[in-house]
Amino acid sequence: MIAELGHAALWLATALAVLQMVAGGLGLRAGNEAIVALARPAAVVQAFLATLAFLLLLYAFAITDLSIKLVATNSHSMKPFIYKLTGTWGNHEGSMLLWVAVLALSGGLLAGLERRLPEKTMSATLSVQGFVALGFYTFLLISSNPFERLPLPAPEGSGLNPLLQDIGLAIHPPTLYIGYVGLSVAFSLCMGALITKQVTPDFAKVMRPWVLGAWVFLTFGITAGSYWAYYELGWGGWWFWDPVENASLMPWLAATALLHSVSVLAARDALRTWTIMLGVLAFSMSMLGTFLVRSGVITSVHAFAVDPERGSFILALLGLYIGGSLIIFAMRAGHIAEGKRFSATSREGALVFNNVMLSAILAIVLLGTLYPVFTEVFDVRVSVGPPYFNPAGAIFAIPMFVVMAVGPLLRWKDDKPQRIQFEMLLLAAIAITVIALVAFFGSYDILPLLGLAFAAALGVASLLPLRGRKLSRVPTATWGMVMAHFGVAVSLFGMASESAFTSEKLAAVSAGGQEEVAGWTIELQSVDPIAGPNWTAVEARIIATRADGDGVLLTPQARNFWAPSQATSESALLTTWDGQLYAVIGDQAGVDANGNPRWQLRVWWKPFVTFIWYGGLLIAFGGVLSIIGRLQVDLKRRSAAKRGKERRDDVEALGGNAAPEPAE
Amino acid sequence: MKAKHQRMTLVVLALIAIVAAGLIAAWALRSQANYFYLPEQMAAEPPSVGQAVRLGGMVAADSIKTAEDGITVNFMVTGNTEDAIPVTYSGILPDLFVEGSGVVAEGSLQSDGTFLATNLLAKHDENYVPRELEGLEGHNQSENYAETVAGLK
Repeated sequence: MIAELGHAALWLATALAVLQMVAGGLGLRAGNEAIVALARPAAVVQAFLATLAFLLLLYAFAITDLSIKLVATNSHSMKPFIYKLTGTWGNHEGSMLLWVAVLALSGGLLAGLERRLPEKTMSATLSVQGFVALGFYTFLLISSNPFERLPLPAPEGSGLNPLLQDIGLAIHPPTLYIGYVGLSVAFSLCMGALITKQVTPDFAKVMRPWVLGAWVFLTFGITAGSYWAYYELGWGGWWFWDPVENASLMPWLAATALLHSVSVLAARDALRTWTIMLGVLAFSMSMLGTFLVRSGVITSVHAFAVDPERGSFILALLGLYIGGSLIIFAMRAGHIAEGKRFSATSREGALVFNNVMLSAILAIVLLGTLYPVFTEVFDVRVSVGPPYFNPAGAIFAIPMFVVMAVGPLLRWKDDKPQRIQFEMLLLAAIAITVIALVAFFGSYDILPLLGLAFAAALGVASLLPLRGRKLSRVPTATWGMVMAHFGVAVSLFGMASESAFTSEKLAAVSAGGQEEVAGWTIELQSVDPIAGPNWTAVEARIIATRADGDGVLLTPQARNFWAPSQATSESALLTTWDGQLYAVIGDQAGVDANGNPRWQLRVWWKPFVTFIWYGGLLIAFGGVLSIIGRLQVDLKRRSAAKRGKERRDDVEALGGNAAPEPAE
Repeated sequence: MKAKHQRMTLVVLALIAIVAAGLIAAWALRSQANYFYLPEQMAAEPPSVGQAVRLGGMVAADSIKTAEDGITVNFMVTGNTEDAIPVTYSGILPDLFVEGSGVVAEGSLQSDGTFLATNLLAKHDENYVPRELEGLEGHNQSENYAETVAGLK
């Protein structure tokens, strides 16, 4: 019954998406008020139905209902309960259903709560949102139905990829999806505003929380994914320029640009068409990401199923949405009145410059990601890796960091660079001092060196907007900006420090043997076989001691899962304030002089590597503060308007001709 | 400056930056075409010593030798011809790394002709095969191999 209920809920939701699309579309002409009024409820009920469908699938996974094909091929009755639940979206169909459920939920939220926009714009927005949702419902129902039954229930499921049997699966995909989908709402709002020619600061204020929210979730999702890959894959790397990682980075870059330009539109009424363009770009990138990950054109642990039909379906959707929005853009862009002007040396100027730099980095990542797909058509296999992405990205990242340091110090509209001469000299001095110091004490690559210098300068620069202000009176949104920019500096410091100062030790050690790495003494106590719920492993017991401190026990494992049969390496991490010790155990490697078995041990000392993810969290937290700040201002304004109205109503009720009281 | 002109300037600047990014990408990616080598390509036209490249092929039978220290492994990588490239790798081997399996080694060629690998990519489960290795394994190795090289000439 569960599967049939879920399936029916999906079909109903699809029908409601059609209703929402048509009703919203009719709202553009006068005289259809009765039907148009249905658009909002359609979106809200749809949200309930899609969420219901997802919860039903979740339940099927929780009880391991092996008569459902998806459960049988991706779950196992012996799997720990938490991974049964998270396994719901650890496969293609389930993850698409999660995507659709989040899409419907955010559409329902938008329809249910947003009352600030003109009715016409709102109808157009809901219509576009219905259209986007319809595409995904069709995709789900036609080519990836999660509720398909097996003719005969399977005796046992085939299990979940062990790399995915981790708490990371509970966090990383849902947060990323919320981010992707939040951008779809921004896209619908952009289209609605464009169709009804309402690209105004008020529209920007409505769109801003959606963009900020999506961006916060993307930031958090990418940070979580990076840390997960770091400890799970056992290579000690935190970013691989894997096409799938790039697929999440590209929407983030576009959303970062969009969030800054929407702020300019809200505050200064400038950059109207530019903001719309970025809105289209950001959503296109999240669609492209979905295509890359879900179509099987690239191979990775994320690509669950290789099915050409699905690939072409998503590609068709991608073409439809991007093509359609570009056509609307081309037809309407000329009708959007020009916004306010500004000079090159102003805060707007700096924001525009960095918008362009972000877009250029996006182009670099996009081309690098798609290039192997293109060459494959001509039977040429190419790997594009860090030797391309790092230097090519840095060409645009470096000027971006420079402008990011001084931009927030500039005034809106027009400013003289001489006014912030002192700050600029101070920042340059910091950067040069760091370069000189680091280069004096060792020889490092140019990029980590620059990274350290920019991290220091940016860290100071991000706090400068607070200088000379009373801290208790700084608006919450400004704190958000300071926090996020400081987070970028922290993250950059972590990345540069990791790539410049990491030390590594690799050795074959027998029980009782000791090794040294970067001031740590590593002693292998023993290697024992152990067993978990669905795996067996060898576990090393290692005591790590630094200087004359206490020893800490580390237990890296080499695990063998039996359903599906696969070996994974569980790293052991020791986190201190100034870095992380990362230990992995390998194979048995012969015997030592006394005939005792030796084991391969690989240990890294990564100074300040954790700052990469602390920085990511700070950036996301800055976004949250910014949302809170905007909401506070908005609520204050609304209650002030309400009180003003009440007072006027009172005056009217008293006879309407009462003379205003004389001011004191 | 009028608002309309300002928009034009903006569009032009943005276009210049994006085109520049495209050109840089195109130029950098062209050199990436030399990033992946098959053993015979490496034998015929070796990359310069120390240049970061990837070498992909099959681990030759009976060629895996573990050195005395227990962590350095030497093996030969072959393609479809007689050419074999000796590879040295220090580290923990991927779980499914065995003789006769496909491997992609990241590293650089040394002046003595051995390939010093810093990282080995092997199949790590049934569903994940490094892209460059798809079709290189098994009995249809030779025809796939011919396809792979066709475009590189």
